[in-house]
Amino acid sequence: MAREENMLFHHALRLGDDALVLGQRLSEWCGHAPMLEVDLALANIALDLIGQATHFLNLAGEIEGEGRDADAMAFRRDVLDFRNSLLVEQPNGDFAQTIARQFLFSNWQELLMREIAAAPEPRLSAIGAKAVKEIAYHARFANEWMVRLGDGTEESRARIIAGLDWMWRFVDELFDPKDGAPSLRPEWEARVARVLAEARLEMPKARRGVLGGRIGHHSEHLGHLLSEMQFLQRAYPGAAW
Amino acid sequence: MVSAAVSLSLKDQVLEILAQVPDPEIPCVSVVDLGIVREVRDGTLVITPTYTGCPATIVIERDIRAALDRAGLREMRIETTLSPPWTTDWISDAGRDKLRAYGIAPPPKGAAKASLRDTPAECPRCGSSHTEEISRFGSTPCKALHRCLDCAEPFDRFKCH
Repeated sequence: MAREENMLFHHALRLGDDALVLGQRLSEWCGHAPMLEVDLALANIALDLIGQATHFLNLAGEIEGEGRDADAMAFRRDVLDFRNSLLVEQPNGDFAQTIARQFLFSNWQELLMREIAAAPEPRLSAIGAKAVKEIAYHARFANEWMVRLGDGTEESRARIIAGLDWMWRFVDELFDPKDGAPSLRPEWEARVARVLAEARLEMPKARRGVLGGRIGHHSEHLGHLLSEMQFLQRAYPGAAW
Repeated sequence: MVSAAVSLSLKDQVLEILAQVPDPEIPCVSVVDLGIVREVRDGTLVITPTYTGCPATIVIERDIRAALDRAGLREMRIETTLSPPWTTDWISDAGRDKLRAYGIAPPPKGAAKASLRDTPAECPRCGSSHTEEISRFGSTPCKALHRCLDCAEPFDRFKCH
Protein backbone atom coordinates (compact mmCIF):
# COMPACT_ATOMS: atom_id res chain seq x y z
CA MET A 1 0.00 0.00 0.00
CA ALA A 2 1.23 3.46 -0.81
CA ARG A 3 1.75 5.70 2.19
CA GLU A 4 -1.40 7.70 1.60
CA GLU A 5 -3.49 4.58 1.08
CA ASN A 6 -2.05 3.14 4.26
CA MET A 7 -3.05 6.23 6.22
CA LEU A 8 -6.55 6.13 4.82
CA PHE A 9 -6.82 2.43 5.63
CA HIS A 10 -5.90 3.04 9.26
CA HIS A 11 -8.17 6.05 9.48
CA ALA A 12 -11.14 4.03 8.24
CA LEU A 13 -10.20 1.20 10.58
CA ARG A 14 -10.14 3.47 13.65
CA LEU A 15 -13.49 5.01 12.74
CA GLY A 16 -15.02 1.62 12.01
CA ASP A 17 -13.66 -0.05 15.15
CA ASP A 18 -14.84 2.79 17.41
CA ALA A 19 -18.35 2.48 16.00
CA LEU A 20 -18.37 -1.31 16.01
CA VAL A 21 -17.15 -1.78 19.57
CA LEU A 22 -19.43 0.88 21.04
CA GLY A 23 -22.36 -0.48 19.02
CA GLN A 24 -21.72 -3.96 20.42
CA ARG A 25 -21.36 -2.56 23.96
CA LEU A 26 -24.63 -0.63 23.76
CA SER A 27 -26.47 -3.64 22.40
CA GLU A 28 -25.76 -5.35 25.75
CA TRP A 29 -28.43 -3.07 27.18
CA CYS A 30 -31.09 -4.42 24.86
CA GLY A 31 -33.83 -5.83 27.09
CA HIS A 32 -32.08 -4.61 30.27
CA ALA A 33 -32.35 -0.81 30.17
CA PRO A 34 -34.06 1.04 33.05
CA MET A 35 -37.16 1.72 30.97
CA LEU A 36 -38.63 0.92 27.59
CA GLU A 37 -37.89 4.28 25.95
CA VAL A 38 -34.26 4.11 27.04
CA ASP A 39 -34.03 0.53 25.84
CA LEU A 40 -35.25 1.63 22.41
CA ALA A 41 -32.92 4.60 22.35
CA LEU A 42 -29.80 2.61 23.24
CA ALA A 43 -30.68 -0.12 20.74
CA ASN A 44 -31.26 2.52 18.04
CA ILE A 45 -27.95 4.19 18.77
CA ALA A 46 -26.22 0.80 18.70
CA LEU A 47 -27.82 0.10 15.34
CA ASP A 48 -26.66 3.42 13.88
CA LEU A 49 -23.14 2.75 15.10
CA ILE A 50 -23.05 -0.74 13.65
CA GLY A 51 -24.31 0.71 10.36
CA GLN A 52 -21.50 3.24 10.38
CA ALA A 53 -19.01 0.51 11.26
CA THR A 54 -20.18 -1.53 8.28
CA HIS A 55 -19.47 1.34 5.91
CA PHE A 56 -16.09 2.25 7.40
CA LEU A 57 -14.87 -1.34 7.64
CA ASN A 58 -16.03 -2.12 4.10
CA LEU A 59 -14.04 0.90 2.98
CA ALA A 60 -10.98 -0.25 4.93
CA GLY A 61 -11.24 -3.66 3.29
CA GLU A 62 -11.62 -2.08 -0.14
CA ILE A 63 -8.49 0.04 0.35
CA GLU A 64 -6.56 -2.96 1.64
CA GLY A 65 -7.52 -4.90 -1.49
CA GLU A 66 -7.25 -8.37 -0.01
CA GLY A 67 -10.90 -9.26 -0.35
CA ARG A 68 -11.92 -8.56 3.25
CA ASP A 69 -15.33 -7.00 3.81
CA ALA A 70 -16.85 -5.51 6.98
CA ASP A 71 -17.88 -8.96 8.26
CA ALA A 72 -14.36 -10.30 7.85
CA MET A 73 -13.01 -7.24 9.64
CA ALA A 74 -15.49 -7.56 12.50
CA PHE A 75 -15.53 -11.31 13.03
CA ARG A 76 -12.14 -12.57 11.91
CA ARG A 77 -9.64 -10.20 13.46
CA ASP A 78 -7.94 -10.79 16.78
CA VAL A 79 -8.00 -8.36 19.65
CA LEU A 80 -4.52 -6.98 18.93
CA ASP A 81 -5.63 -5.93 15.45
CA PHE A 82 -8.48 -3.72 16.70
CA ARG A 83 -7.82 0.02 16.59
CA ASN A 84 -10.72 1.40 18.63
CA SER A 85 -10.18 3.85 21.46
CA LEU A 86 -10.10 2.50 25.01
CA LEU A 87 -13.15 4.62 25.86
CA VAL A 88 -15.58 2.61 23.73
CA GLU A 89 -14.53 -0.79 25.07
CA GLN A 90 -15.15 0.18 28.68
CA PRO A 91 -17.85 -1.95 30.30
CA ASN A 92 -21.33 -0.47 30.52
CA GLY A 93 -21.22 -0.35 34.32
CA ASP A 94 -24.43 1.16 35.60
CA PHE A 95 -26.67 3.34 33.43
CA ALA A 96 -24.84 6.50 34.52
CA GLN A 97 -21.48 5.11 33.44
CA THR A 98 -22.95 4.20 30.05
CA ILE A 99 -24.33 7.72 29.67
CA ALA A 100 -21.02 9.31 30.69
CA ARG A 101 -19.21 7.27 28.02
CA GLN A 102 -21.84 8.17 25.39
CA PHE A 103 -21.69 11.83 26.35
CA LEU A 104 -17.93 12.05 25.89
CA PHE A 105 -17.96 9.93 22.75
CA SER A 106 -20.95 11.30 20.82
CA ASN A 107 -19.95 14.93 21.28
CA TRP A 108 -16.50 14.04 19.98
CA GLN A 109 -17.82 11.85 17.17
CA GLU A 110 -20.22 14.53 15.96
CA LEU A 111 -17.42 17.07 15.59
CA LEU A 112 -15.14 14.51 14.00
CA MET A 113 -17.76 13.34 11.53
CA ARG A 114 -18.61 16.89 10.57
CA GLU A 115 -14.95 17.38 9.72
CA ILE A 116 -14.82 14.13 7.78
CA ALA A 117 -17.97 15.04 5.85
CA ALA A 118 -16.10 18.08 4.53
CA ALA A 119 -12.87 16.19 3.80
CA PRO A 120 -11.65 15.74 0.23
CA GLU A 121 -11.68 11.91 0.22
CA PRO A 122 -15.08 11.22 -1.39
CA ARG A 123 -15.67 7.73 0.01
CA LEU A 124 -14.91 8.83 3.54
CA SER A 125 -16.86 12.08 3.30
CA ALA A 126 -19.95 10.29 1.97
CA ILE A 127 -20.07 8.11 5.10
CA GLY A 128 -19.33 11.10 7.32
CA ALA A 129 -22.13 13.21 5.84
CA LYS A 130 -24.60 10.42 6.40
CA ALA A 131 -23.41 9.55 9.90
CA VAL A 132 -23.31 13.08 11.27
CA LYS A 133 -27.09 13.42 11.00
CA GLU A 134 -27.55 10.33 13.15
CA ILE A 135 -24.87 11.26 15.67
CA ALA A 136 -26.57 14.60 16.35
CA TYR A 137 -29.42 12.55 17.85
CA HIS A 138 -27.01 10.47 19.95
CA ALA A 139 -25.29 13.55 21.38
CA ARG A 140 -28.59 15.17 22.22
CA PHE A 141 -29.82 12.03 23.98
CA ALA A 142 -26.62 11.76 26.04
CA ASN A 143 -26.56 15.48 26.86
CA GLU A 144 -30.13 15.40 28.12
CA TRP A 145 -29.42 12.40 30.33
CA MET A 146 -26.30 14.05 31.74
CA VAL A 147 -28.48 16.92 32.92
CA ARG A 148 -31.21 14.60 34.22
CA LEU A 149 -28.74 12.50 36.21
CA GLY A 150 -26.47 15.33 37.36
CA ASP A 151 -29.32 17.59 38.37
CA GLY A 152 -31.52 14.70 39.55
CA THR A 153 -31.49 12.86 42.85
CA GLU A 154 -28.61 12.45 45.26
CA GLU A 155 -28.23 8.89 44.04
CA SER A 156 -28.24 9.73 40.31
CA ARG A 157 -25.82 12.56 40.91
CA ALA A 158 -23.35 10.38 42.82
CA ARG A 159 -23.50 7.78 40.08
CA ILE A 160 -22.94 10.15 37.17
CA ILE A 161 -20.00 11.75 39.00
CA ALA A 162 -18.46 8.31 39.46
CA GLY A 163 -19.18 7.31 35.85
CA LEU A 164 -17.71 10.50 34.47
CA ASP A 165 -14.69 10.18 36.71
CA TRP A 166 -13.97 6.69 35.37
CA MET A 167 -14.46 7.57 31.70
CA TRP A 168 -12.54 10.83 31.78
CA ARG A 169 -9.13 9.11 31.77
CA PHE A 170 -9.81 7.83 28.25
CA VAL A 171 -10.54 11.24 26.73
CA ASP A 172 -6.95 12.14 25.84
CA GLU A 173 -6.77 9.27 23.39
CA LEU A 174 -9.53 10.83 21.28
CA PHE A 175 -7.40 13.93 20.80
CA ASP A 176 -3.98 12.31 20.59
CA PRO A 177 -1.80 14.28 18.16
CA LYS A 178 -0.56 11.08 16.49
CA ASP A 179 -3.81 9.44 15.46
CA GLY A 180 -6.56 11.49 17.07
CA ALA A 181 -8.13 14.84 16.36
CA PRO A 182 -6.29 17.41 18.55
CA SER A 183 -7.75 20.40 16.69
CA LEU A 184 -11.26 19.48 17.82
CA ARG A 185 -10.46 19.65 21.51
CA PRO A 186 -11.34 23.32 22.22
CA GLU A 187 -14.78 23.04 20.62
CA TRP A 188 -15.40 19.68 22.27
CA GLU A 189 -14.44 21.04 25.69
CA ALA A 190 -16.74 24.01 25.22
CA ARG A 191 -19.66 21.72 24.38
CA VAL A 192 -18.93 19.39 27.27
CA ALA A 193 -18.51 22.30 29.69
CA ARG A 194 -21.89 23.75 28.66
CA VAL A 195 -23.72 20.51 29.39
CA LEU A 196 -21.84 19.91 32.64
CA ALA A 197 -22.73 23.39 33.84
CA GLU A 198 -26.39 22.75 33.13
CA ALA A 199 -26.11 19.42 34.94
CA ARG A 200 -24.45 21.19 37.91
CA LEU A 201 -21.43 18.94 37.47
CA GLU A 202 -17.81 19.91 37.60
CA MET A 203 -15.41 19.23 34.80
CA PRO A 204 -13.22 16.37 36.07
CA LYS A 205 -9.67 17.38 36.88
CA ALA A 206 -7.08 16.88 34.17
CA ARG A 207 -5.03 13.77 34.69
CA ARG A 208 -2.64 11.73 32.64
CA GLY A 209 -4.71 9.99 30.00
CA VAL A 210 -4.59 6.26 29.39
CA LEU A 211 -3.62 5.51 25.78
CA GLY A 212 -3.04 2.37 23.73
CA GLY A 213 -6.20 1.38 21.88
CA ARG A 214 -5.05 2.94 18.61
CA ILE A 215 -1.98 0.70 18.54
CA GLY A 216 -3.80 -2.43 19.67
CA HIS A 217 -2.90 -2.28 23.36
CA HIS A 218 -6.37 -2.88 24.74
CA SER A 219 -7.82 -3.42 28.17
CA GLU A 220 -8.86 -6.92 29.14
CA HIS A 221 -12.49 -5.93 28.46
CA LEU A 222 -12.19 -5.94 24.67
CA GLY A 223 -11.20 -9.61 24.50
CA HIS A 224 -14.33 -10.59 26.39
CA LEU A 225 -16.49 -8.44 24.15
CA LEU A 226 -14.98 -10.00 21.02
CA SER A 227 -15.27 -13.54 22.31
CA GLU A 228 -19.00 -13.05 22.53
CA MET A 229 -19.35 -11.07 19.31
CA GLN A 230 -17.16 -13.40 17.25
CA PHE A 231 -18.23 -16.72 18.74
CA LEU A 232 -20.47 -17.87 15.91
CA GLN A 233 -18.06 -17.11 13.08
CA ARG A 234 -15.21 -18.65 15.04
CA ALA A 235 -17.15 -21.82 15.80
CA TYR A 236 -18.74 -22.11 12.35
CA PRO A 237 -16.53 -20.16 9.93
CA GLY A 238 -18.46 -18.63 7.05
CA ALA A 239 -21.84 -19.56 8.52
CA ALA A 240 -24.70 -17.72 6.82
CA TRP A 241 -28.47 -17.89 7.08
CA MET B 1 -52.98 -0.36 -30.31
CA VAL B 2 -49.52 -0.49 -28.78
CA SER B 3 -49.82 -1.27 -25.11
CA ALA B 4 -48.89 1.50 -22.73
CA ALA B 5 -46.17 -0.57 -21.05
CA VAL B 6 -44.26 -0.96 -24.29
CA SER B 7 -44.24 2.73 -25.05
CA LEU B 8 -42.90 3.59 -21.60
CA SER B 9 -39.23 4.42 -21.35
CA LEU B 10 -37.11 2.02 -19.35
CA LYS B 11 -36.90 4.55 -16.54
CA ASP B 12 -40.66 4.92 -16.30
CA GLN B 13 -41.04 1.18 -16.48
CA VAL B 14 -38.62 0.66 -13.60
CA LEU B 15 -40.28 3.36 -11.50
CA GLU B 16 -43.66 1.76 -12.12
CA ILE B 17 -42.33 -1.61 -10.97
CA LEU B 18 -40.71 -0.11 -7.88
CA ALA B 19 -43.84 1.82 -6.98
CA GLN B 20 -45.24 -1.65 -6.17
CA VAL B 21 -42.35 -2.54 -3.83
CA PRO B 22 -43.35 -1.62 -0.27
CA ASP B 23 -40.99 -0.63 2.50
CA PRO B 24 -40.68 -3.78 4.63
CA GLU B 25 -41.25 -1.98 7.92
CA ILE B 26 -43.72 0.68 6.79
CA PRO B 27 -45.60 -1.19 4.06
CA CYS B 28 -48.03 1.65 3.32
CA VAL B 29 -45.32 3.45 1.31
CA SER B 30 -43.26 2.22 -1.61
CA VAL B 31 -39.51 2.55 -2.00
CA VAL B 32 -40.22 5.26 -4.61
CA ASP B 33 -42.43 7.22 -2.17
CA LEU B 34 -39.63 7.15 0.41
CA GLY B 35 -37.09 8.63 -1.98
CA ILE B 36 -34.79 5.62 -1.74
CA VAL B 37 -34.74 5.27 -5.54
CA ARG B 38 -32.35 7.91 -6.83
CA GLU B 39 -31.68 7.24 -10.47
CA VAL B 40 -32.12 4.87 -13.39
CA ARG B 41 -29.35 5.06 -15.98
CA ASP B 42 -27.53 2.77 -18.40
CA GLY B 43 -29.00 -0.43 -17.06
CA THR B 44 -28.24 0.57 -13.47
CA LEU B 45 -30.66 1.41 -10.72
CA VAL B 46 -29.20 3.65 -8.02
CA ILE B 47 -30.65 3.45 -4.52
CA THR B 48 -29.64 5.03 -1.21
CA PRO B 49 -30.15 3.79 2.35
CA THR B 50 -32.23 5.80 4.82
CA TYR B 51 -30.30 5.21 8.05
CA THR B 52 -26.85 3.58 7.95
CA GLY B 53 -27.87 0.80 10.30
CA CYS B 54 -31.46 0.31 9.17
CA PRO B 55 -31.95 -3.45 8.90
CA ALA B 56 -34.63 -2.87 6.26
CA THR B 57 -31.93 -1.76 3.82
CA ILE B 58 -30.89 -5.34 3.08
CA VAL B 59 -34.49 -6.50 2.69
CA ILE B 60 -35.28 -3.53 0.44
CA GLU B 61 -32.46 -4.38 -1.93
CA ARG B 62 -33.57 -8.00 -2.04
CA ASP B 63 -37.21 -7.03 -2.69
CA ILE B 64 -36.19 -4.63 -5.46
CA ARG B 65 -34.03 -7.33 -7.04
CA ALA B 66 -36.92 -9.79 -6.95
CA ALA B 67 -39.35 -7.25 -8.46
CA LEU B 68 -36.94 -6.41 -11.28
CA ASP B 69 -36.32 -10.11 -11.97
CA ARG B 70 -40.05 -10.81 -12.08
CA ALA B 71 -40.47 -8.03 -14.63
CA GLY B 72 -37.77 -9.58 -16.81
CA LEU B 73 -35.12 -6.99 -15.92
CA ARG B 74 -32.52 -9.49 -14.77
CA GLU B 75 -29.72 -7.57 -16.43
CA MET B 76 -30.36 -4.38 -14.47
CA ARG B 77 -27.71 -3.76 -11.83
CA ILE B 78 -28.46 -2.25 -8.43
CA GLU B 79 -25.96 0.23 -7.10
CA THR B 80 -26.03 1.78 -3.63
CA THR B 81 -24.84 5.32 -3.11
CA LEU B 82 -24.41 7.24 0.16
CA SER B 83 -23.93 10.67 -1.31
CA PRO B 84 -25.79 12.94 -1.15
CA PRO B 85 -27.22 11.49 2.08
CA TRP B 86 -30.90 10.61 2.14
CA THR B 87 -33.21 13.19 3.65
CA THR B 88 -36.90 13.10 4.58
CA ASP B 89 -37.34 15.97 2.10
CA TRP B 90 -37.20 13.27 -0.58
CA ILE B 91 -40.38 11.60 0.64
CA SER B 92 -43.02 12.32 -2.02
CA ASP B 93 -46.24 14.21 -1.32
CA ALA B 94 -48.17 11.03 -2.08
CA GLY B 95 -45.91 9.23 0.39
CA ARG B 96 -46.65 11.80 3.09
CA ASP B 97 -50.39 11.36 2.59
CA LYS B 98 -50.04 7.58 2.78
CA LEU B 99 -48.03 7.84 6.00
CA ARG B 100 -50.64 10.07 7.60
CA ALA B 101 -53.47 7.74 6.59
CA TYR B 102 -51.47 4.85 8.08
CA GLY B 103 -51.19 6.66 11.43
CA ILE B 104 -47.63 7.98 11.14
CA ALA B 105 -47.12 11.75 11.26
CA PRO B 106 -45.05 12.59 8.18
CA PRO B 107 -42.10 14.97 8.48
CA PRO B 108 -42.96 18.48 7.27
CA LYS B 109 -41.20 19.43 4.05
CA GLY B 110 -37.97 21.29 4.43
CA ALA B 111 -37.88 20.01 7.98
CA ALA B 112 -34.45 18.49 7.47
CA LYS B 113 -33.19 21.91 8.38
CA ALA B 114 -32.27 21.83 12.03
CA SER B 115 -34.25 24.94 12.90
CA LEU B 116 -37.51 23.27 11.95
CA ARG B 117 -36.77 19.98 13.68
CA ASP B 118 -38.57 20.93 16.85
CA THR B 119 -41.89 21.92 15.32
CA PRO B 120 -44.71 20.05 17.06
CA ALA B 121 -45.94 16.92 15.32
CA GLU B 122 -49.43 16.88 13.92
CA CYS B 123 -51.56 14.07 15.28
CA PRO B 124 -52.42 11.80 12.32
CA ARG B 125 -55.69 10.87 14.01
CA CYS B 126 -57.29 14.20 14.93
CA GLY B 127 -54.97 16.70 13.23
CA SER B 128 -54.12 18.56 16.43
CA SER B 129 -50.68 20.11 16.83
CA HIS B 130 -51.12 20.00 20.58
CA THR B 131 -48.76 17.03 20.92
CA GLU B 132 -45.66 16.03 22.83
CA GLU B 133 -42.67 13.79 22.26
CA ILE B 134 -42.52 10.65 24.40
CA SER B 135 -39.28 9.26 23.02
CA ARG B 136 -36.99 10.51 20.29
CA PHE B 137 -36.18 6.91 19.41
CA GLY B 138 -39.02 4.68 18.31
CA SER B 139 -39.80 1.27 16.86
CA THR B 140 -37.55 1.84 13.82
CA PRO B 141 -34.55 4.15 13.30
CA CYS B 142 -36.66 6.55 11.24
CA LYS B 143 -39.45 7.13 13.77
CA ALA B 144 -39.97 8.87 17.12
CA LEU B 145 -42.79 8.25 19.57
CA HIS B 146 -45.28 11.05 20.25
CA ARG B 147 -48.58 11.53 22.05
CA CYS B 148 -51.57 13.70 21.19
CA LEU B 149 -52.64 15.89 24.12
CA ASP B 150 -56.10 16.41 22.62
CA CYS B 151 -57.25 12.94 21.57
CA ALA B 152 -54.72 11.20 23.88
CA GLU B 153 -53.57 8.75 21.19
CA PRO B 154 -49.90 7.81 21.02
CA PHE B 155 -48.47 7.86 17.50
CA ASP B 156 -45.25 7.50 15.55
CA ARG B 157 -43.68 10.46 13.86
CA PHE B 158 -41.32 10.12 10.96
CA LYS B 159 -38.15 11.84 12.18
CA CYS B 160 -37.02 14.89 10.27
CA HIS B 161 -33.70 13.85 8.89
